[in-house]
This record gives sequence, structure tokens and C-alpha cells, in this order.
Amino acid sequence: MNFEFSEEQKMIQQAAKDFAERELLHDVIERDEKAIFPTEGIKKLVELGFLGMMTDPKWGGGGMDTVSYVLAMEEISKVDSSVAVVMSVCNSLVIWGLETYGNDAQKEKYLRPLATGQKIGAFLLSEPEAGSDATSQRTIAEDKGDHYLINGTKNWITNANSASTYIVIAQTYPDKKHKGINAIIVDKNTPGITLGPHEKKMGMRSSDTHSVMFNDVKVPKENRIGEDGFGFTFAMKTLDGGRIGIASQALGIASGAFERAVKYSKERKAFGTEISNHQAIAFKLADMAVKIENGRNLCLKAAWLKDQHLPYGFASAMAKQYCADMAMEVTTEAVQVHGGYGYVAEYHVERLMREAKLTQIYEGTSEVQKIVISRTILKD
Amino acid sequence: MKILVCISNVPDTTTKIKFLNNNTTFDSAGVQWIINPWDELALTRAIELKEAHAGAIENITVVNIGPPTTEPTIRKALAIGADNAIRINLDPKDAYSVALQLSEIIKKDSFDIILCGIESSDYNGTSVGGMLSELLDYPSVSAVSFIDIDGDQLKLKREIDGGQEIIGISTPFIGIVQKGIAKDARIPNMRGIMMAKTKPLQVVEPVSTDLYTDFVSFDYPKAKAACKKVDPENVKELVNLLHNEAKVI
Ligand SMILES: Cc1cc2nc3c(=O)[nH]c(=O)nc-3n(C[C@H](O)[C@H](O)[C@H](O)COP(=O)(O)OP(=O)(O)OC[C@H]3O[C@@H](n4cnc5c(N)ncnc54)[C@H](O)[C@@H]3O)c2cc1C
Repeated sequence: MNFEFSEEQKMIQQAAKDFAERELLHDVIERDEKAIFPTEGIKKLVELGFLGMMTDPKWGGGGMDTVSYVLAMEEISKVDSSVAVVMSVCNSLVIWGLETYGNDAQKEKYLRPLATGQKIGAFLLSEPEAGSDATSQRTIAEDKGDHYLINGTKNWITNANSASTYIVIAQTYPDKKHKGINAIIVDKNTPGITLGPHEKKMGMRSSDTHSVMFNDVKVPKENRIGEDGFGFTFAMKTLDGGRIGIASQALGIASGAFERAVKYSKERKAFGTEISNHQAIAFKLADMAVKIENGRNLCLKAAWLKDQHLPYGFASAMAKQYCADMAMEVTTEAVQVHGGYGYVAEYHVERLMREAKLTQIYEGTSEVQKIVISRTILKD
Repeated sequence: MKILVCISNVPDTTTKIKFLNNNTTFDSAGVQWIINPWDELALTRAIELKEAHAGAIENITVVNIGPPTTEPTIRKALAIGADNAIRINLDPKDAYSVALQLSEIIKKDSFDIILCGIESSDYNGTSVGGMLSELLDYPSVSAVSFIDIDGDQLKLKREIDGGQEIIGISTPFIGIVQKGIAKDARIPNMRGIMMAKTKPLQVVEPVSTDLYTDFVSFDYPKAKAACKKVDPENVKELVNLLHNEAKVI
């Protein structure tokens, strides 16, 4: 048992912190308010190698472990989750999926530009009528011999506009149910793809979320990932890792709000003393600290298991469920510690609270995580 | 050309400074250590020069005088982009011992450009650069805020009262840099962090030196006076306080 981080892990954590404070903090409130995509921030994120940070250097990645990824995600999410979600979707869903299950030709053509950050990726699973129940895919990828013909609509797609490479989950054999689903790599500029308007969201407003419509989109057969019908397993395996990313994002949102609450409580005076001297506030901070520490340990445990090539799906579901719900509680309390100031944009905590809400919804709602956790516990 | 950047290992600038043993020893418990901000900017500029003048700058070395515990700071310099590092295995006691140890390293290896920060954020001595120049008999320019390669020479700028002085200088020389030499210290990227592990870090034993100074004790700065709030309507009171209490007008 060793709780100490390596020199590299500490350096990555510091680099992520410096990046977030220097490149993101100054305009995060404005970008959130006006829903502006963080183009400059992402450019810098790419320069620093955070996209593709865990990919094998052979494909242009950074070769870092998942523990480092958790540390970096936490630091960036303390400041701006709209940037962190780009990092999470690219690293854990698109890049990891391609690196783990793609063939060499697919890796050369699609993974390399993603791992080096020249291109951004998106993961298209959810549909207007298939969210938690991802098996009921209505998007069809019809087998036309040498190509697939894709028709259907995907909903709530993060990076839909900024991405060049899509991984699309679609049904090829409806009668085979989830065993008939495929995962297919699609270039965003393929004819027949159109985007719905930018979704007006409660939080993470500068991340670009759209629905994506496929109308007779022709994609070569060689773009299918894995065997025919592997798509659903692909999506579930990928989401297992994705949850470590979102759990760390939730952790960062919580710890960012907590740090601000601690600082504020030592500055703000009421009834002749700093509010941190009122036990009601001090105990809130104590509760927040314990929850955050629990969440961090769950994230790191899941990451460690993944790095050891041990099963991590159960641990990542626990981390995701706990951290997302914990972030909601902690950010709400952070607003409370700030009083009226917490309710306005300038103090950041109201934004963090809005961001926390999303972590309970995407990449599997908290309820879905509990399904995963309870099924594992109750198995045989 | 070869560049040597001297880096000092200092407490993070947000550290709460405490002393032990009757204020004679700095309490390093829980302190996070960083590259002295001036040195980090010097290193950043050195890397920018190497990138901008491919071929002209062949190597950037960083040197630190410190015990083994300074190695994480040195590794960070390597992650940022230095090619190799030297650690002189000594916990230095004063500016003279630092300058002397550095001069010995520079005598052994021929560096063309030697950069050091104008001061370090721990003791703020502002002496090492000048002493080093004297010990080596090299020219030095202080308060350098710009450096670039200009033909066979280096072009430097330094801030002077009311303007800037532009200087041409031949190598070898010592550039004592101030903030502005690079815009921001470079954040190491993933590739750099990965490569830092395998870049050479040579440990050199110090030469023996005489100590000319000794720390007697440290004193804390005077506590900041409490903030006084004046009603915005009450200009008279404000003027009175500024005049009679703060004595600034
Ligand atoms: C901003 C944003 C970005 C997103 N980005 C992406 C993306 O990039 N790619 C992508 O594919 N998807 C993305 N999503 C979609 C997201 O993953 C889904 O919204 C999520 O999985 C929930 O699906 P749903 O919205 O259809 O809700 P539903 O599945 O309809 O759920 C509604 C409610 O019912 C509960 N519920 C459903 N089934 C059960 C059950 N069996 N037991 C108990 N409770 C249940 C849910 O927990 C929830 O509370 C994004 C969503 C948002 C809001």
C-alpha cells in the first residue's frame, strides 16, 4: 500500500493546475455566460499533450497512467469543466476505444491525429429515445456490402461541432437486439450529417452539445470497430473507463468549490468574527473535506485498478456515482458558505454547482451507476 | 552555443514562512519547492532561443547547488525543456558559496551563455550573478529583460530609468535576468515530463570553500496593520488618516 504519488504524477498535477489557472480562469465566467467554445484553451490543452495523455507514445500519445489522468482532470475541473469534458470524452471514450479495439489501419488513420490532438473526437451513443437504456438504438447502420448506410438521430453529443472524428453506435441487426449493434468511425464531414442547434444548457455552457442527424450517410465497412455486432460491448467497456474521467471531473468541481469556500470563510466576517469561526460553517467545511477525500480515493482506486490491468468497472461505477452526488452536495454547501455572494457569477461557486448537476446525468446517471453496482454485488 | 541556466530551489511563493530554534533555522516542513521564478523565466527564454535558432543553440544545461532533495525541482527543469542537468551536492550557506561552486562547474565545461535570475525569491540576495562574473572574469549584464541572437553576437535589453538600454555582447558572458525575459514560465508538457526521467542528471561533489558569512537569526516582517474602512462620503477623515496616521501625504 502506497499513497504517495510519483514525481511525474506530481508534475502532471502541477502542470494541469498551472494550465487551468493561467489559461482558463480569466475568461471562464464570460465563456459560460455567452456559451463560447474554449478554442484557445483547447489549443493550449493540445500543446501540453493532455489530449491523448494515456495513449501509447507509438501512436503519438503521452504514455501516462490513469492515476495521472485523474490528477489532471481534477485540477482542470476545479476551474472549467467545459474544457475538462473535452479532455474526458477524447481520452476515455474516443481515444481509449480506438486504441483498445481498433485495428492498426484505423489507428494510423484516426487514432494518431486524435492522440496528438490535431483532431477532436466525439462519442455518439445517446438518442432521443435511448439514454439510460442504450440497447434500444434506433439509429440504423445498414450493411450494404462494402459500406454501411447510416440513418438516425443522436442526442446530446458533446464536441459534436468541434470534433472531426465521430464514433457512432448504431444498430445493424435489429432482431439481434444489442448483439446487432456496431461501433463505426465516421468522419464528421461525410455528406448527410447535419447538426441541430447548440443546446442551451444549465451548466458546462461553453462545451458544444448538439444533436446529430444522419441521413443516408455512407461509411466504408473498414470503419467498423471490432467484429460484426461488437458495438454494444464496445460502448459499455468504453464507458467503464469514461466513468473514471467523469468521476474525476465531479471530484474537481467539488474540490474547486471547497477551496473557494475555505478561502471565503476565512475572509468574510459576520458577528464580529470570520465566518469560519462559527461552528456551523466550520463543520460544513469538515463534512465537505471528508466527502472529497472519499471521492478522491474512489477515483484513484479505480484508476489504479485500470493501470494494473485488473477489472475496474465496479470501482469506476462507484467512483462516478459517489463523486457526482458528492459534487452536487459539496457545491450546494459551497454556495451556502458564500451566502448571497455564492449566488452570483463572480464567485464561481454557483457555476460549479450547475456543472456538478451534469455529472449526475451523463455517461450513465447516478441511478444507472447504482444498477451497475447493485448487479455486481448481487451477482450469483 | 551552449547555455547554462542556474536554478535555485525555493519555497513556493505562497508558503507561510516559519522559523525554528529561536528563529535560527527555516522550518521546511510541508513546504512545496519550486524553481526560483526568475530562473524559470530564464530557462523558458533559453528554450525559446533554442527553438527559434535551430542549430545555433546546441544544448541547454541547468545547474543547481543543493542536497538530493532538490532533484524534483531539477527534473521539472528537464521536463520544461533543458537537455541535461548538474547538481552540486551541497546545501549552500550563502551567495559566495553558490557563486564559487558555479564558477568551478563553468571552468570545467565551456558554456557560452550563462543565465541566472537577478534574485531568488527566498533570500533575495541579488549577488550571485555579479560574484560569478568576478570569479570567472566574464562580462556580465544585469537586469536583462530581453535576449536574442543577433549574428555572431547576442542582443540584450535592460531596463534603465525612463527607458531601455540595448546592448550587443559576445560570448561568453553572464546574463542576470529579470522578469520580462520571457512572458510566462513554460508549463511542461506530457512528452517533456516523460522524457525528463531519462535525461542525464549529473551529481558533482562541491569544492571546499571558506564561509565568510553566518546567519545569526531571522526576523519576521512587521505584521500588516489592520485594514481601516472609511465611509466614502467622509473624505476629510480619509485625508486625515493618510496624513497623520499613514503619513503618506
Ligand atoms: C450536456 C450533455 C452532454 C452529453 N454528452 C453525451 C455524449 O457526448 N454522447 C452520448 O452518447 N451521450 C451524451 N449525453 C447523454 C447522456 O449520457 C444521457 O442524457 C444519459 O445517459 C441519460 O439518458 P436520458 O437523458 O435519455 O435519460 P433517461 O434514460 O430517460 O432517464 C430519465 C431518468 O430516469 C432514470 N432511469 C432510467 N432508467 C432507469 C432504471 N432502469 N432504473 C432507475 N432509474 C432509471 C434516470 O436515471 C433518469 O433519472 C449527454 C447529455 C448531456 C445532458
